[in-house]
Amino acid sequence: MTVILCQTEFSPYAEMDAYQQSMGEAAGRYGATSVFVGTMRDLNLGDAVTQMTLEHYPGMTELRLGQIVAETQARWALIDVLVIHRVGEIKPNDAIVLVAAWAMHRGAAFEACRHIIEELKHTAPFWKKESIRDGERWVENNTEG
Amino acid sequence: MTIRVRYFASLREKMGRVEDTLVYEDIATVADVWRVVSTGQPLPDHLLCAINLEYAEPLATVRDGDEVAFFPPVTGGMG
Repeated sequence: MTVILCQTEFSPYAEMDAYQQSMGEAAGRYGATSVFVGTMRDLNLGDAVTQMTLEHYPGMTELRLGQIVAETQARWALIDVLVIHRVGEIKPNDAIVLVAAWAMHRGAAFEACRHIIEELKHTAPFWKKESIRDGERWVENNTEG
Repeated sequence: MTIRVRYFASLREKMGRVEDTLVYEDIATVADVWRVVSTGQPLPDHLLCAINLEYAEPLATVRDGDEVAFFPPVTGGMG
C-alpha cells in the first residue's frame, strides 16, 4: 500500500505503470486492476474555472488516507493499493487523484477502488478553492458522483 | 492546560488566523475550545472537529497538549 501527496503535476498512467513494475513478487498474482483518475474540470456550477488551490491538513491527511486504505484492505482481498492526491495550485486537465487497486478478481478491485475514492472525498481533509472570472470561491459540497 | 487550535479553508479566512494557543484550566471538551476561540458562540452544526489528527465529536474530551482543529466539510478528489 502506498499513499502519496503530490505538490506538482503528475501523470497517473506513468505512476501506475512504474508502481506496477516495482511490485515484484505480486506480478502474476493479480488478475484485476481497477483505476480511478479524477481530473480538474474547467467548469463548475456553470462558471469557467481557471485554476484551483487544494488546501489540506498536513498530518491528518496522510493519517486518514492510510486508515481508509487499511480499512479497505481489511474488507476486500486486495494485493496492493496506490493512492496519489495533488495539493497546492492546480490547472484544468491536471490529474487531481489516482486510486488503483490490484486484486485476484474484478469484484474486489472495482468495489475497493470505488470505496476508497468515496471515503476520500467524504472524510480526507482536503478543501478546494476555485479561481473564477469574478474572483475566488470555496467549493462547499461534493458532487453526487 | 495548553491546547493548540488550528483552522482550515474558509473557516481559517473567517477567523483571520491559522491557529491559536489556549492556556486555560476550565476547558473540558472540543465545544468548550470553540466557545473560547469564538468568544462565546455555539459550535456551528456544519463545522467538523478533530483532536490530534482524528475526527472528534463536539463533546469529546480534550487534554493538556492536544491539538484541536476546526474546519468546514471536506471537498477532496474530483470526478
